[in-house]
Amino acid sequence: MDALITQLQRQFRDYTISLYQQGFLDDQFTELKKLQDDGSPDFVAEVLTLFFEDCVKLISNMARALDQTTGNVDYSKVGASVHQLKGSSSSVGAKRVKALCVSFKDYCDTQNFEGCVRCLQQVDIEYKTLKTKLQDLFNLEKQIIQAGGRVPQVDIN
Amino acid sequence: MSLFHVLGFALKIGHLFWMLCCWFVSWFVDNGIEDKSGLLVGSVGDLEKTKMTTMKKKNKMCFWNRISISGLKIPSFSYQFLGSVKFNKAWWRKLVVAWVVLWVLVSIWTFWYFSSQAMEKRKETLTSMCDERARMLQDQFNVSMNHVQAMSILISTFHHGKIPSAIDQRTFSEYTDRTSFERPLTSGVAYAMRVLHSEREEFERQQGWSIRRMDSLEQNPVHKDEYDPEALEPSPVQEEYAPVIFAQDTVSHVVSLDMLSGKEDRENVLRARRSGKGVLTAPFPLLKTNRLGVILTFAVYKRDLPSNATPKERIEATNGYLGGVFDIESLVENLLQQLASKQTILVNVYDTTNHSQPISMYGSDVSADGLERVSLLNFGDPFRKHEMRCRFKQKPPWPVLSMVTSFGILVIALLVAHIIHATVSRITKVEEDCHKMEQLKKKAEAADVAKSQFLATVSHEIRTPMNGVLGMLHMLMDTELDVTQQDYVRTAQASGKALVSLINEVLDQAKIESGKLELEDVRFDLRGILDDVLSLFSGKSQQKGVELAVYISDRVPEMLIGDPGRFRQILTNLMGNSIKFTEKGHIFVTVHLVEELFESIDGETASSPESTLSGLPVADRKRSWENFKAFSSSGHRSFEQSPPDINLIVAVEDTGIGIPLEAQSRIFTPFMQVGPSISRTHGGTGIGLSISKCLVGLMKGEIGFSSTPKVGSTFTFTAVFSNGMQQTERKNDPQNNNQPIFSEFRGMKAVVVDHRPARAKVSWYHFQRLGIRVEVVPRVEQALHYMKIGTCTVNMILIEQEIWNREADVFIKKLQKEPLVLSPKLILLANSVESSIPDAYCTGRDPPIVIVKPLRASMLAATLQRGLGIGNREPPQQKGPPALILRNLLLGRKILIVDDNNVNLRVAAGALKKYGADVVCAESGIKAISLLKPPHEFDACFMDIQMPEMDGFEATKRIRDMEEEINKRIKNGEAVIVENGNKASWHLPVLAMTADVIQATHEECLKCGMDGYVSKPFEAEQLYREVSRFFDSSSDTES
Repeated sequence: MDALITQLQRQFRDYTISLYQQGFLDDQFTELKKLQDDGSPDFVAEVLTLFFEDCVKLISNMARALDQTTGNVDYSKVGASVHQLKGSSSSVGAKRVKALCVSFKDYCDTQNFEGCVRCLQQVDIEYKTLKTKLQDLFNLEKQIIQAGGRVPQVDIN
Repeated sequence: MSLFHVLGFALKIGHLFWMLCCWFVSWFVDNGIEDKSGLLVGSVGDLEKTKMTTMKKKNKMCFWNRISISGLKIPSFSYQFLGSVKFNKAWWRKLVVAWVVLWVLVSIWTFWYFSSQAMEKRKETLTSMCDERARMLQDQFNVSMNHVQAMSILISTFHHGKIPSAIDQRTFSEYTDRTSFERPLTSGVAYAMRVLHSEREEFERQQGWSIRRMDSLEQNPVHKDEYDPEALEPSPVQEEYAPVIFAQDTVSHVVSLDMLSGKEDRENVLRARRSGKGVLTAPFPLLKTNRLGVILTFAVYKRDLPSNATPKERIEATNGYLGGVFDIESLVENLLQQLASKQTILVNVYDTTNHSQPISMYGSDVSADGLERVSLLNFGDPFRKHEMRCRFKQKPPWPVLSMVTSFGILVIALLVAHIIHATVSRITKVEEDCHKMEQLKKKAEAADVAKSQFLATVSHEIRTPMNGVLGMLHMLMDTELDVTQQDYVRTAQASGKALVSLINEVLDQAKIESGKLELEDVRFDLRGILDDVLSLFSGKSQQKGVELAVYISDRVPEMLIGDPGRFRQILTNLMGNSIKFTEKGHIFVTVHLVEELFESIDGETASSPESTLSGLPVADRKRSWENFKAFSSSGHRSFEQSPPDINLIVAVEDTGIGIPLEAQSRIFTPFMQVGPSISRTHGGTGIGLSISKCLVGLMKGEIGFSSTPKVGSTFTFTAVFSNGMQQTERKNDPQNNNQPIFSEFRGMKAVVVDHRPARAKVSWYHFQRLGIRVEVVPRVEQALHYMKIGTCTVNMILIEQEIWNREADVFIKKLQKEPLVLSPKLILLANSVESSIPDAYCTGRDPPIVIVKPLRASMLAATLQRGLGIGNREPPQQKGPPALILRNLLLGRKILIVDDNNVNLRVAAGALKKYGADVVCAESGIKAISLLKPPHEFDACFMDIQMPEMDGFEATKRIRDMEEEINKRIKNGEAVIVENGNKASWHLPVLAMTADVIQATHEECLKCGMDGYVSKPFEAEQLYREVSRFFDSSSDTES
């Protein structure tokens, strides 16, 4: 049993570190995790759920705005959504999504349609990837807890 | 607009000049005319002429007046024109050309006018003179003629009327000679009798001579002297003869000549007897004299004939002929001589009977100069016509007046044109320059914007990692550290903070330059500031082995009100310079009250090198403030300030390389360094001193320096602060109030062994700050002696390293010989860390504590605590880490968070909840406003700036507006005092949440009434800093 927990814990640690190293997450996520305590046990999950809901909503908004068939594109609308997404992603520490949003914003400002569409696709892919990865992480966490272990504090540095 | 003023001014001057010229010219013209006319009047004496000239004068006056009036009008017109119309360059050029052309024409016309006037006058003069001469000549001629006629009657009466004749040749000649004054124009008179051929013989016999002919004479004119009447041929046979029987003596040679034989005479004679009037010959050369002459002939009749007698009757009645010789040349000459101004004109008299061939009777043929006056002469012979032609001898004088006048006008016109041209081109140039300058200004402004952006960016970039460093240091302080480590960390942190503030100060330089800098008014601890600054430089000074010391006079209050940051900035600049240029010796900062300085100034003698801190000579500090206005203006004794003001004088003295004399004058100029090599060897931008000067100026002080190359410099500045101490506070417990942490040292006693009073004073100052009473002795022996006889125990002996190195052995020996009852702690005051402690002493006894200068209160305290083993070793963390303090601050506080981003909202709420705050969320500015109506139920509000519909700035503004309204009502007593309304006014702390933390945003926040800003995502340190600002104070007021 202890071995399983140790193994799960190591797995969790490695996975978390890999997420940081691959640039999916940054320090803000650590901060976020610090905010979770006995008072609000599901704080991180809650915030992330909000974030992903936001993502779905915003991306569909942007996709609508960037729809080629309608002809003229409302870049300000896209820009507002991108800004929102950027804020959200930086709050949760979704580093890659945030970086994409930065370049997306630039394309938006220069009204580069091609760039916008490409970025939108990438953001879509990226947030879904992140979602999967984080789900895996949560699953690991759950397993650890179920096994009666403690979720380890991961020191990134 | 000022351009037009310049133009107007130029025109005004031009106008003045123009008027002056007009006045001058008119004066000149009038006077000139008057002179000229005066001359004329003098010569002719005609009243009418004077009248004429005065009239002309009037005309001219009018003319000039008109010109000057028009001159008056031109500028006033141009003022209006320039004021209203944006002028055109080409248009102006045309105007100038037209102006010049116009005035050239005017001047030509003036020239013509004046010269024609002069011509006219000349002509008039000539006419009058000529007429006058002609009339005189005619009159005199007529007089002569009348007389000749009278003589003919005389002849007829006394010669022919009496038989025998009453007249013979002698009588005739005598008579004619005696009456010649009556005939001024005749040179001689002769009488010829009519003798018919039939009577010839008798006649010849009667007279005794034969009639001779004259024509041969005419053909061969002979010379006067050779003239021989006897040689003449006798007259050939003729029908009748006219031999001269009587003749005046002057013409006696003509006696016996037959007048009818001469061609001219014959014609004359015939004509005379036919007409019965005086008849003139054409001018011909006279006999004998050979001069031009005219002969006047009258016929003498036998009886008195009626006036209508026919020529035939007349011929028949003819008895003889009387002839008068007119020597025209000499006569006219005589006549002219009688008249004035004969020199000025030439007179010619012509016989113009034959029009095509006028015969000159008088005058030389000088080529005419064009101006000629012809006056007709009537000599009473209708057959003969004569005229007089007069010319001026001299050519007409140059028309100087008209030339001068027209030239003057031209010059004035050209001058005016030049003025206009110069003005216009000047305006054009100025406009071009202005345009250029505007462009440059735009460029400069753009550059300025770029610069401030650059500064903002760079300082932000530097601040970010610095925040990391500071944060880490802060965290390090939270860990278990011993006292030394804590001091190091504190120093590192202070230095880091100073660095950040220095970066801010770079930003402030721009503000200083634009004059936007304002000083704060906050309470601060001057000694603390100096400790901080000292610690900033302690590393460097220790490294260099330079002694760094601070001395603050007792009379300087503990707390002052002013701008500590700026004060610190000045000090940092000055000390930075000092430490940069000082390799050995000391840097000594002293702070006194200005009044104190005056009191000591008189007693203080010239400081000898030994009395300085390190024993090296220094520049005379008095010279650094001798130029201060406040000191010199009314004598330093009368220097007075209102009591709450504290006048500090701060001197930074060093023993560095000094400032070269030639560079001393420009030391406060921005970016000015002593030489290009300085920045290479010592670095720096050269901006520090100029900032300091500005800041000192803002503190109502002055800055000055004195420097001796190779000896050192002393910078002195004054600054005015207000006293931050309550009077009561100071009296009650000055030590405890300000230095509570050092209370454990109170009552202790120390002996400082130092032979340099200045240095001892510094040591004394610092230990005394800790509450330790200090006794200063110059030598070790005295210290020991003092301890022996001392009534109270001495806790420590402070020995300067210098003395220690010299006298350690003596000291140790003495101590070993006579051990003290209670051995005091031995403390060495060292300049650098490397200073070694003699091994001899270390053996057996506990080693002396080494305090590395510069002395600072906190460092001293820490070292003493450790060395004496007193005080609390446990970290003084009664406050706890920031997270804990935050929790204390925020626990139970009701906070509103406004953000349109759900995720951000959730995270922020989570963060604040973690610190125990009661969080309410709002998704938009509008909702926030509806929640934030006073009376507020929230303690604070965190507001996102960038939100759709209503951004954070706008929302805050509205909230502030609402508060204002309520506050006003509360003030007026209208508003209901609500349940928790022990507040006099409402002000909800609103903090902005923003991702970008550049200065501009911060300022914008403050402008909108926000109280501060925190960066997203939250950082505990920053959050604490911002939140503590108002929560602390509010809890203070509540408690």
